[in-house]
Amino acid sequence: MTWGDTIYLLPEIVISLGACFLLIAPVSGFRGSSAAKWSMLVLLALTAVAVVASSALVQDIEQTLMFRQMFALDAFSIFFKLLFIVTIAMIALLSDDYLRNSRYSPWEYYSLLAFALCGMMFMASGIHLAAIYVGLELMSLSSYILAGYFKNEQKSTEAAMKYFVLGAVSSAILLYGISLIYGVTGTLNLLRIADSMATLVTNDALMFGIMLLGAGLCFKIAAAPFHVWTPDVYEGAPTPITAFLSTASKTAAFAIFARIFYVGMHHFRLDWQYVLATIAALSMIVGNFAAITQDNVKRMLAYSSIGHAGYVLLGIIAVNEMGLYGVLVYSVVYVFATLGIWATVLMLAQHEYAGEQVEDFEGLHRRAPLWAFAMFIFLLSLGGIPPTAGFIGKYFLFYAAVGAGFGWLAVIAVLMSAVSMFFYLRIVMAMYLRDGQRADVVSSGGLKLVAAICLIVTLLFGIMPTPLVEQAKISGTWVATRAAALTNGR
Amino acid sequence: MGILNIITYIPLAGALVILLFGRRSPGAIRMIATATVVIDFIVSLYLWYAFDPNKLFQFRETYEWIPSLGVKYDFAIDGISLLLILMTTFMGIIGVVSSYSAIKFREKEYYILLLLLQTGMIGTFCALDFFLFYVFWEIMLVPMYFIIGIWGGPRKLYAAIKFFLYTLAGSVLMLLSILALFFFNDGGIEFLNIKGLGNPGTFSVLQFHEIGHLIPPQLQFWIFLGFFFGFAIKVPMFPFHTWLPDAHVEAPTAGSIILAAVLLKMGTYGFVRFALPILPDATKQLLVPIVVLSLIGIIYGALVSLVQKDMKKLVAYSSVSHLGFVMLGMFALNPMGIRGSVIQMINHGISTGALFLLVGIIYERRHTRMIADYGGLAKQMPMFAALFLIAALSSMGLPALNGFIGEFTILLGAANSTAFGTIAYAVIAAIGIVLGAAYLLWLYQRVFWGPLDNPENANVPDVNKRELGMMLALVALMIWIGIYPKPLFDVIEKPVDYVVKKVDPAYFDKQPLTFPTTPAPAEHHEVAAK
Repeated sequence: MTWGDTIYLLPEIVISLGACFLLIAPVSGFRGSSAAKWSMLVLLALTAVAVVASSALVQDIEQTLMFRQMFALDAFSIFFKLLFIVTIAMIALLSDDYLRNSRYSPWEYYSLLAFALCGMMFMASGIHLAAIYVGLELMSLSSYILAGYFKNEQKSTEAAMKYFVLGAVSSAILLYGISLIYGVTGTLNLLRIADSMATLVTNDALMFGIMLLGAGLCFKIAAAPFHVWTPDVYEGAPTPITAFLSTASKTAAFAIFARIFYVGMHHFRLDWQYVLATIAALSMIVGNFAAITQDNVKRMLAYSSIGHAGYVLLGIIAVNEMGLYGVLVYSVVYVFATLGIWATVLMLAQHEYAGEQVEDFEGLHRRAPLWAFAMFIFLLSLGGIPPTAGFIGKYFLFYAAVGAGFGWLAVIAVLMSAVSMFFYLRIVMAMYLRDGQRADVVSSGGLKLVAAICLIVTLLFGIMPTPLVEQAKISGTWVATRAAALTNGR
Repeated sequence: MGILNIITYIPLAGALVILLFGRRSPGAIRMIATATVVIDFIVSLYLWYAFDPNKLFQFRETYEWIPSLGVKYDFAIDGISLLLILMTTFMGIIGVVSSYSAIKFREKEYYILLLLLQTGMIGTFCALDFFLFYVFWEIMLVPMYFIIGIWGGPRKLYAAIKFFLYTLAGSVLMLLSILALFFFNDGGIEFLNIKGLGNPGTFSVLQFHEIGHLIPPQLQFWIFLGFFFGFAIKVPMFPFHTWLPDAHVEAPTAGSIILAAVLLKMGTYGFVRFALPILPDATKQLLVPIVVLSLIGIIYGALVSLVQKDMKKLVAYSSVSHLGFVMLGMFALNPMGIRGSVIQMINHGISTGALFLLVGIIYERRHTRMIADYGGLAKQMPMFAALFLIAALSSMGLPALNGFIGEFTILLGAANSTAFGTIAYAVIAAIGIVLGAAYLLWLYQRVFWGPLDNPENANVPDVNKRELGMMLALVALMIWIGIYPKPLFDVIEKPVDYVVKKVDPAYFDKQPLTFPTTPAPAEHHEVAAK
């Protein structure tokens, strides 16, 4: 290990120090919620600059391995790091009004968000299971606290409790899986695990380890049957935190899921592909059908996010280049559409739980035509209807699944995305086809900014997807070539 | 930017202009919408003059769109798309003008959606890249969903969502078939133990036309199935038709007109443009089930029409019957049948569009569509009765009107079809024509003849100038196609022969190439075939 490697960790160092600063700032005299927001945004901007600066150090497409090959600073991790920073920045903007109307300190809140971001960045970079696990735990612990951040709200506390207990169990399962893999292969480094597995024949302990690892990850991305926590936690958590859980936390889990299974577990793909395919099918079916019956928008979106986890799994199961690109593209597409929806929900949520029932959206097209239109586009994007970005994302995943020979899974996926339009259209119907005055429209600058960014991204990448696709290709290349090399090696 | 793009995006531009106008004056909005569709129609007439019947695909425009996926922005039309585009722009005018009095609220959104719909429809007919085609195909759903859902009848929400979900479910399966075609052409991936071709990845429909016959039959079968669900739901073929009566009955008049005239043709267009030429083996393999479903559609649609109490529902079910004819002619797989099928697509658009328009006119006056509420209207509204009679006669296929040309050519094709190998299908279909005459004439009798016994009908005004103008334009087309259909047959001759050649490369070796463009006696072909 050389201390020179430290430079590659600059973004993580910046965000860690910044998180600590946010924690102690109110004690040392900084007050006021807008100061907290601006500190957070400046910190995120600095981190983004650091990511770009560190990425400039990556000379070629080959990753830069550092700290005894614990972390990789490759295009894949940079892609996700930037996505995470943008996501957290938008969540900070979404949280601003919500926090101001509450009596909880914004400083600690933003500090926890920053720590979660730090964990997520380690996850994106990690190519060592221990490093990935530590990053995952940092993110998870922060999000447990954030889910219960409104500690005097019964719902929030309950959500946090459920999330913590189930999350802890899933972490334990994940860790047990990792330990079994370590026991068999003798290493935690994904590259070495891959090399070591290439010399192995099927081994029960290893299979069990892979399955446990997969189960733990499926919990984090909320795939059925490990999804039961999702609706309760999403409903109970403060809405900006629900937005965090459904976007940032989920995409971070997608990133490590892809990295671990494309690189580390690749050799035994024929063994785990079908298990994951079953989980994906189950997630899509359970998520989308359960969402139909929900009247609460937060619960509806929770179930729909279970379905979306199933779609992303298509990309992971496929184990081909398009699958990986699909995971990257879909992560972006999904994050922007979902954050846009949460911005709209928050815009309606002036008093405690408004904006949570489908009826609250009634007649929105009259009171806030632009918001209604934006919401409509976001819902189309989640449903995968062109010309929105969601179609491009789903297209990649279906393409990957058909290409990998999972035609039956692709059939389920496309039919379920038709089913999903049923409940997305319920909101559209409430907005455009009914009249009502249930919830007030209170939109602040932050919410408008988030919605505008999401709307532009969703439409732009729907009509002109080339930049996103090219970026995903560049970013996925290392993982993809690594996986392709292993395919040929078998 | 070429002529096809201009025609496609004029309605979009009109929609943007309306968007800027605000809610203040519905009159101005109507004017802009009307001007837009009229300009669009006039520009599309240029296609008719510039079109060369001796060439296949023309006015081609190709741009790079998503190079990394092999997706191009590729527009071109042949004779079949030409006729459908002209019908779309024409029906666009009828749709807008018929909405003047029918749409009383949220006019701005309404005309924007109607224009967006037109962009989607024209784009669908122009697209020669599958990806692009799919994008336009899906875009069309959204405006129609809103048109039914906002301005529809009492059960509009149910009808709108049913329409959307049915069509979407079919089209996503079509997407998988498109992917399978891509993979076969690309050859990067083996599936069903079939090795692909290794051509550069593309979604070009023309490329798929070239390689279609190389696809092994078992793969063709699955790809065809995906296309079948996408297109058959749109047509709609029995038993996928259940969304249609709901959508038609609940939609506002213009929505019904566009739905019947253009949207249903998307399905049949899909079959003739994609499914048949790309998948010849599967077409022949699945011929009998599809023809049987078409025949069931013909008879079932007619019988159900016979017992309807609601005029609009009657016309809706008659569409199921008529589209059954279109499918029957297409799957006869000979030039005569497919020509008839294409002509019948246009005819159905004009006749059924006219019938929906007339039902809309009377509904605006009386706010009921129940046949039992009427009777003896001919005395009160003589002009309306005359127009209705012409439209009904055209729809049932009276000689000298357009319906006859289409149905007769289809029956000739079906009777001569070597693919069918039997005349039975044509005979069964002919029963459908008889039933068609029955339900339309019976409808006419109950509504227009007899005593004017419902006092509420006593003061109903006859058609006004605007309505008369629209109807006269439609009637003129009916008579023109009925008497002199040669220009229509001329432009579709090449493309239809092309499709036949793709499905059955040896067809023209077995049969004489001289097919008269006007219907000839059936014996001629039978002799020739021997």
